[in-house]
This record gives sequence, structure tokens and C-alpha cells, in this order.
Amino acid sequence: MAFELADILPALPEIILSAVALVLVLVAAYGGDGAANARRVAHLTLAGIVLAAIALLSMTSAQSTAFGGMFRADAFADYMKLLVLMGSFAAVFMSVTPLERDDINKPEFSLLVILALVGMMLMISANDLMSLYMAVELQSLPLYVVAAMRTNSLRSSEAGLKYFLLGALSSGMLLYGASLVYGFAGTTSFAGIAAAVSETDLPAGFIIGMVFMITGIAFKVSAAPFHMWTPDVYEGSPSPVTALFAIAPKVAAIALMLRLTYGAFGSIALEWSQVIMALSVASIVVGALGAIMQKDIKRMMAYSSIAHMGYALAGLAAGTHEGAFGVMIYMTSYVFMGAGTFAIILLMRRDGQSATRIADLRGLSKTQPLFALGLMVMMFSMAGIPPLAGFFGKWYVFLAAVNAGLVPLAVIGVVMSVVGAFYYLRIIKIMYFEDSEAPLDQDVPLANKLVLGVSMAVILLFFAGLNSIMDAANTATMALMAPF
Amino acid sequence: MIEALFFYLFAGVMLASSVMVVVSRNPVYSVLFLILAFFNAAGLFVLIGAEFLAMLLVVVYVGAVAVLFLFVVMMLDINFAEMRAGFQKYLPLGLIVGGILVFELVVAMYGDAFGGKTAPVVSEIANTTRLGGVLYTKYAFLFQLAGLILLVAMIGAISLTLRKRAGVRRQIIAEQNARRPADVLEVIKVPSGKAPAAANTGKAEE
Repeated sequence: MAFELADILPALPEIILSAVALVLVLVAAYGGDGAANARRVAHLTLAGIVLAAIALLSMTSAQSTAFGGMFRADAFADYMKLLVLMGSFAAVFMSVTPLERDDINKPEFSLLVILALVGMMLMISANDLMSLYMAVELQSLPLYVVAAMRTNSLRSSEAGLKYFLLGALSSGMLLYGASLVYGFAGTTSFAGIAAAVSETDLPAGFIIGMVFMITGIAFKVSAAPFHMWTPDVYEGSPSPVTALFAIAPKVAAIALMLRLTYGAFGSIALEWSQVIMALSVASIVVGALGAIMQKDIKRMMAYSSIAHMGYALAGLAAGTHEGAFGVMIYMTSYVFMGAGTFAIILLMRRDGQSATRIADLRGLSKTQPLFALGLMVMMFSMAGIPPLAGFFGKWYVFLAAVNAGLVPLAVIGVVMSVVGAFYYLRIIKIMYFEDSEAPLDQDVPLANKLVLGVSMAVILLFFAGLNSIMDAANTATMALMAPF
Repeated sequence: MIEALFFYLFAGVMLASSVMVVVSRNPVYSVLFLILAFFNAAGLFVLIGAEFLAMLLVVVYVGAVAVLFLFVVMMLDINFAEMRAGFQKYLPLGLIVGGILVFELVVAMYGDAFGGKTAPVVSEIANTTRLGGVLYTKYAFLFQLAGLILLVAMIGAISLTLRKRAGVRRQIIAEQNARRPADVLEVIKVPSGKAPAAANTGKAEE
């Protein structure tokens, strides 16, 4: 068996990123110590991400497979990979200066991010149980390390350790489920698995394996009841790392969930949709109620992201074309809301120290009116107020759920978004109607301003570009549901 | 005939060394007996034609894992006498667990759990060749991915443990080589019958 160029070309963006990562290992090792080298590696990482994005956009989005069917490129993969690339770009871009100010001058940060990015993109393109597992590991391992990046902080080490232990547990579940699925389907390829089972001919062991696999991925998307690690890891990790966690890996994990459920388990939608529904309801409730009492904004964002994943899963539970479409619109708005919100969380510093209590935002409207406005837009969008981006995400997800007959799920979702609106609006109240004792540092890096500006523009003008986004998401959904 | 002889040799030594792993008082001896057991298991694998597994066993278990055990045993200050104190207490539980394992093994061997399947026939092509044939062609993608994951593990381990500590004495070879006798040596003339000057005594002794 010889490899043709056509066998590896669909993976060109990943190959470019891996090559950049390997070069960056050398740059990081021989570029000297200190901030200058960390900054250089970060900039090269950004260049690599842009290069990969160009490669991604310039390639045909027709469905094709690479590496003997283990890797699948199609319009869905392109759409999700673009989101992941944008999220990672924003996270690395706005973390350069904050990391320097926190004295974490390690070139390894960007290096590990780019390797995790390769893992995320391969997750999105996974077309085989083996490539799925390897991609998940490649994505998770660097993230465990960057969570513990601040080695002199007990909280950061604790976050890294917790993330690692629960991540290892979830990988074990994923692997166990995959082995059962393989055992009963007799093949590891998604197409083969989909062909091997049907609603009428379904071994019990296969269902057990499927539930284990979904559980394993639910850990990665931090859906309740597998969310316990999220608040601690978000709070303990350095803020730039939290920004990364909150954006890109979630998109990749949701994409993998879509691939697995619509692809490999596409012929038994009735079975997995109950599981996803339970996850969705639990996440929505836990996320909405858990965030209310939080005093730290990073912890609050953790619960908020749990709730967001719950809403996204509500679309997935529908199991229809409309559902997957809704999930994609939701994840699009989620990436920009996350990037914009964390652009502001990263600038929450007082006297050179990171200050991430919600109370630290008091009086932001007077000291930094533009940022207060930005955070207000993000919070309104997360609460789902029209005509902002977050509203459309929720709209299409709930529409799909109702049309698929999941009315109770949609009702719970709507009620809980009202609860969620409480804590989003509380932040706005704190910024605009309470006076601060000491203002936050005024010295804000340009990168944060840029990321915030772009995110705000996208969220405010989402309705204007809605048609083209919907077209792209529609094509992507068709590609996802297309037979192999 | 000669195969049977080697089988009993390997199996016998392996059993004996496994017993020694458990009963020897010195933990370092335990690890060394463990290595002996691994070697004999590798020999058994060679006898049934699984030479790749035998190589893996030697490279991975003897080369890496057992050496790691030795490091742990020698570096960590563990009081093994204390750990042995609970031996009597945990003996019944250990026997029960061991008994269950033996029972399962017997059931698997004689209860036809494998549906009458026996060990696969050793083919003409050695299994290392077979594995190599698919590992670098059909599974090249996964192979490369595994490589990236190992790279991540290496970078992660280094970046988490390597840190600048103050007051560490490091050997700087370039500086050692650049030392000249004129900078560090002082020749003192000591007139016979007199002690050298008091201020220089310390330096001369260094």
C-alpha cells in the first residue's frame, strides 16, 4: 500500500500546524530565556495558525478522506476547524502580554497550544475510533500541562492535577466504550459502525459502549453531571489559559460529539438522543443555578460555559438536520462571546495583580466606559437578548428541539435562560450602578482591545451577516449528515 | 523434546523468581528477581513464536519499568518493615482475591470460554515483519499521532519540572577551562626556618 498525495492532502492544515510546532520546539529551545523568546514563539504560533487557516480556506470543501479513511475532510470539518482556529488565535493573541505580566515567560505555552490545536482539528476530522482516541489524547495532554503552567502557585498545580485525573478517567471511559463498540460492530471505522447496527438489530453491549463513549466526551465538553472539574480548573489556571479552555476545546469536543452521534451512531438516533437529552437538561440546570452564587468571575464563566454546552446539546438531542444546524450557529456565537468576555477578564488587574472577583468590576463604566460597554454587549448576548448573536444561537437550538417533539426540554431551557439572565444582568448592574473603591489598571494591551472590538462587531452585526452564516452552517450540516 | 526442556526451564525459573519477588526481605532484591522473571517470560514468548512480544517485554519492562522501580525503591525513603507489619492482617483478603483469580483462570482454560479457539498458528512471516508492514503504511497516521503525543509528554514534563532555582551550584565547563594558573595560584616563597606570613596562610592551604 503506497500513499498518494491525494491520501494526505486533505490534512494539509494539520500538517502545516504540526510542522510549525516542530520548528517552534527548536526556536523555544535555542531562542534563549525570558520574555523575548516567549513573545517570539507566540508570534510564530499566530503566524502558523493564520497559515493553517489560509490552507483550510483555499482547499476544496468537497468530502474526501485521507490516511486510508481515518481522516475525513468535508464542509462540516472546515466550518468547525475555522471556529477552533479563530478561538485559539484569539486566546494566544490576547494572552501574550498578560502572561508576561504574570511572570509566566514560557515559550512552551504557545507551543503546547499549537499541538493541542492539531489535536482539536483531528478530533473534528475523526472518522475512525482509533483516530478519535488519539486525537482526543493529543488535544487533552497539552491542556493539562498549561493548566499547571504557573508552577509556583498552589491553585494552578491543583487545577492541573484535577484536570489531569478527571481527564484520564474520561479517556478511560472513552476507550472502554470504544472497545465495546468495536467488539460488537467488528470494525473501528465510523461508516462500518453505522452500517453494522440498526434500531431492530442492536446488541445491548453496543448501547453500553455507546453510552460510555458519550460519557467520555461529555467530560471533555464539561456537560453536567460530568462538570465537577470545570469551576476549579477555570479558577485555578492562569487567566489566559482559562480563556483558551473556555473557547476552542469546547468547540472541538462538540464537533466530535456531532461526528460520533450523527456519523457512527447515525442509524440509532433514538437511543443516543435520550442520553444527550439527560445531559442537556442537567447541564442547563446546573449551569444556571450554580453561577448565581459565584463571587469569582472565572468561576461564574465556568458555570456559564456548562449552561452553554447544555443549550448546544439540546440542539443535538433533536437528532435532526435542524438540530445540528442549531448547534453550529450556537457554537459560532459561543466562540465570539467567549473571546470577547475573556478579553475583558484578562485586563482585570489591580496594582499589577490579577483581580478576578466580580466585585472588582464595580464602577467600570466610569473608569473604562468602552470596556464596560463591551462586557455589557457580551453579557446581553449570553443572556440571549435579541438582536445579539447569542439570541440566534438559542433560537435555532430551541426551534430544533420543539420541532423534534422535545417540548419539555425546550421549556426547561427557556426557563433556565431567564435564571441565567439574572447573573449576566447582575454584572451589568455592578459595572454601571456601583462605585468602586479603587479603579482597575488602565494599561490595556492592544491585543485585548482588538479581540474585544472584533468580537463586539461580530455579535452586534450577527443579524446582518446571518444569511451567509446560515448558508455556511447549512452546507456544513449537509456534509455532516451525508453518507460516507 | 528440547523445546519442552526449555519451556520447563523458563517456567521453573520464572515461578521461582516470582516467589522470591514476594518473599525477599530486601526490596532491591525483589526488583532484581522481578527482572529475572521478565526475562524468563520473554523466553516463553519466544518459544511460542511471539518474538515481537518478547522484545517488547525486554525493552519496555526490563529496560524502562524495572529500572524505574529500582529508582523508586532506592531514592524514596520507604520503611519496608513497617509496610510488612500488616501482612498477617491482610492475608485472608489476599488469599480470597488470589483464589478468585485462580478460579477464573481455571474456568477460562477448561470452561471453553474462548469457544474452542486455540492459539493462532505461527505463520511463515515473522510477526515483527507483519507489524512493521502495517504500522508504517496503513497505520502511519496513527503512528505519527502517537509521536506527537510523546512529544507533548516530553515538553510537558520538562516545562513543569524545569525551573530556575537560586543558589544552585552548577558546573560551567567553559569557565573551568578558562581558568588560568596566574589567576588562581599564588607562589609563596617560604624562607627556611620561618613560618609564612599570617595573611597568606589561608590562601596557600586552599
